[in-house]
Amino acid sequence: MAGRGVTWLGTPTFPKAARTALADTQLRTNLRNATTTIRGKRAGAVAELPDWEPLRRAGEAIKDEVLANLDTYLERLEAAVTARGGVVHWARDAAEANAIVLRLTREAGADEVVKVKSMATAEIGLNEALAEGGVHAVETDLAELIVQLGEDRPSHILVPAIHRNRSEIREIFRREMPGVDQDITDEPRELAEAARKHLRQKFLTAKVAVSGANFAVADSGSVVVVESEGNGRMCLTLPETLITVMGIEKLVPTWSDLEVFLQLLPRSSTAERMNPYTSVWTGVAPGDGPKNFHLVLLDNGRTDTLADTVGRQALRCIRCSACLNVCPVYERTGGAAYGSVYPGPIGAILTPQLLGEDVDEQAKSLPYASSLCGACFEVCPVRIDIPEVLVHLRAEAVESKSKAAPEAAAMSALAWAMGNPRRWAAAQKAAGVGRLLSRGGRISGLPWPGSRWTASRDLPAPPKETFRAWWRRTRG
Amino acid sequence: MAEATEPSATAKAAVLGRIRAALADRPGPVTVPRDYDRTRSTADPLALLAERVEDYRATVHRVDAAELPDRIASSLAARGARRMAAPVDLPTTWLAPEVTWRLDTDQALTIDELDGIDGVLTGCAVAIAETGTLVLDAGAAQGRRLLTLLPDYHLCVVRADQVAVSLPEALARLDGTRPLTFVSGPSATSDIELNRVEGVHGPRTLEVVIVG
Repeated sequence: MAGRGVTWLGTPTFPKAARTALADTQLRTNLRNATTTIRGKRAGAVAELPDWEPLRRAGEAIKDEVLANLDTYLERLEAAVTARGGVVHWARDAAEANAIVLRLTREAGADEVVKVKSMATAEIGLNEALAEGGVHAVETDLAELIVQLGEDRPSHILVPAIHRNRSEIREIFRREMPGVDQDITDEPRELAEAARKHLRQKFLTAKVAVSGANFAVADSGSVVVVESEGNGRMCLTLPETLITVMGIEKLVPTWSDLEVFLQLLPRSSTAERMNPYTSVWTGVAPGDGPKNFHLVLLDNGRTDTLADTVGRQALRCIRCSACLNVCPVYERTGGAAYGSVYPGPIGAILTPQLLGEDVDEQAKSLPYASSLCGACFEVCPVRIDIPEVLVHLRAEAVESKSKAAPEAAAMSALAWAMGNPRRWAAAQKAAGVGRLLSRGGRISGLPWPGSRWTASRDLPAPPKETFRAWWRRTRG
Repeated sequence: MAEATEPSATAKAAVLGRIRAALADRPGPVTVPRDYDRTRSTADPLALLAERVEDYRATVHRVDAAELPDRIASSLAARGARRMAAPVDLPTTWLAPEVTWRLDTDQALTIDELDGIDGVLTGCAVAIAETGTLVLDAGAAQGRRLLTLLPDYHLCVVRADQVAVSLPEALARLDGTRPLTFVSGPSATSDIELNRVEGVHGPRTLEVVIVG
């Protein structure tokens, strides 16, 4: 029995995966171009709104209000969806959610479903579970399609194929897309057109669609999907049966609360004033769209996360991916190194928490996949203090180990040295020895036990003179 | 039915129980600061709307009410659209005579008919000037959601009184329980090296006529 999903079984710990990723220059080039571009665009889109900070504060508070009364809001949502002709299902974990979707698909008489990109269904491994039950899931988002055809892993929350350049995508299409013109060029326009042709018939004939949800309104039962390509609209309106899988934290209390999130999300994620398409539906609308609507409310570790008073703020996340695009660690390793459906800074805090008791060595390594520079907190539209949670999770990891563990020893030694000015001065002087090991101002290999530190990062060589010594000499 | 609902009831009780246990500290009531801008004044909301819609590489025209029928006719002619779909309650003055109109009546247009048609003409419920967004709510002159999704060309008419400056203002005018579609420019993807490409699955061409 698979556990909670979230991570990819058999992937190495972050430091090992990062080492491989760092050696891939094509990957680093693709990522650097993408993150640099999107960072600049996002800053522009955000600067346009004079009330950005008040919007962030409101977004933070609305989500905290939802989390503080999650039971009440979920029951309210269920009542509203049911009153409008939808059916609500509850799932404790991945296996339960997958079984519900498979059963509903079979009841609809379908052996194929069209899917609009959804983090929740990626998290629970829905496609694989459906395949085991004889149902083929077709990803219809262009990037997800590229990943699916390439039998690859997504590397970004928003643009999952960001690690691929156009010529790689062309090769994947030529090899894996049935009936594609073998003379297709690597022009993005031609590649998008090929995807359009490939999927059109699927949309027009699909009986069942599966989606995620960006938001759901507790008061009215309205569900919101934000997208760009129109594949979302195709899935949400064409098939007879629509199954939406939604994490239990995706609620907002009232319709007017969307006025905050529909401003925060597009500008933070795709750096647009608005994304091309946003769909809102409530239960079923006779004569317009699906005849059957099922909403699956997914826990899968969210309640474990909620129980941690520091870590629960991760549940405010609206999956915009702004934190990925500013993260110096993500920019150099890419998403696959995190071995999780949720990469980057948010993944580093969300993944181990969602796994709860199932957390393994790989997931435990994720809170260390950060330089704690704080850029992620600065851009987060709902003000998740990712560095705070990272440090909190590291402390938990260290506590759970023996006191003799290298990190614990290093941390207590550091605390001892910094506790007294004279000891600190002596330690800094001793650090001067480090210069002997450096080459070009960088130390790439310390002797043991420091080797455990430099195994995954270079260390700047200590300066010739400490700041304190310099101050004494020049101003003292 | 009892068979299907029983495990779900168990799962529901379990999830709600876990939530209550997780919130043993039950954080106090949260006050949401609402000091963001609900409205913003702008000298010419229609001009702002036109500029922002154009930013999405959509075509925009501004006309007065008397010019509207001619504007529609010449847009359709310029595009070579001969067979157009429309909601059944479209104002009759919008139905350009040179074009064959397929109205989405009780005999609803089929998916195949819509897939093969040259375009669709609709009105909208609300437009948002700051973001260049049109909102359709399946109300007057808009029809079912499918109408504006399957044809490759969407011509949309916006009246001056439908234009809100900010997103909060627009949401306040909308009923969240109706099926809503917010449209900001034509369908687009940026999935290949972040190059914006218009028209993946939704309409590739969006043309907007602002009246007033």
